[in-house]
Amino acid sequence: MTELVALLIRIALPLLVVVLAMITGTICERRHFQAIARREQALGGLPALTVKEYPADRPVSSARMVTGSVVVSIDHFKRFLASLRNIFGGEVRSYCSLLDRGRREAILRMKESCPDADLIINMRVETSSVSQGAKKTLGSTEVLVYGTALTFADQAV
Amino acid sequence: MILTNIEQVPGKRIVAHYGLVSGSTVRAKHVGRDFMASLKNIVGGELKGYTELLEESRKWAVERMMTQAQELGANAIVNVRFSTSSVAQGAAEIYAYGTAVTVEDA
Repeated sequence: MTELVALLIRIALPLLVVVLAMITGTICERRHFQAIARREQALGGLPALTVKEYPADRPVSSARMVTGSVVVSIDHFKRFLASLRNIFGGEVRSYCSLLDRGRREAILRMKESCPDADLIINMRVETSSVSQGAKKTLGSTEVLVYGTALTFADQAV
Repeated sequence: MILTNIEQVPGKRIVAHYGLVSGSTVRAKHVGRDFMASLKNIVGGELKGYTELLEESRKWAVERMMTQAQELGANAIVNVRFSTSSVAQGAAEIYAYGTAVTVEDA
């Protein structure tokens, strides 16, 4: 009897954690994506380009480096899905959404750090994995975004 | 000190080059943060402790680079790049480097 209870606990407890992680993780992620979409809409007037050229005929009043960074991780359920993917191969969708989330958040933070700028040029994205999760799976990812923010002295035409 | 990650400073003219300046920090996650992060890892989402750590170490690296440039008599650093690499399990390096220059109003 006690063995049965012990077995039940051993199986049910991790399962419970995974199910809870799935529910809260999914809700959190959906909210985050909604917030990202809303903020991207609000910051639509500040484009970030990956080229180094800028309109040479406009006088520049200030140029400075801006950065944005974030560390995000995925929930246990998605990590479990990813480990299943490892058996069959193919695209790991649960990690795609994690990286997408991290990059967009970092870009938004960079833009929010310079609301007075007119243009961000030479934007670069640096991604790396900070901590290795259990059993060498990707635990979390850090994204560092940087670029040069320009403010023009004249009004936009 | 003006920092840009393009080859020039828009609106200014480069009058002197001093060569490469760099700064780096190796950061480790501390136990408390690690514990909180491992809890947060279950449900996913942003790990605020790690984000702060990353921001702090980036500032340190940039500051060290700026100190080096100041010692050379520069007033701007152009072509700044960041690079991160993991040195060992639980520790990572952040490296900032660029070219120290003196700029004047064009």
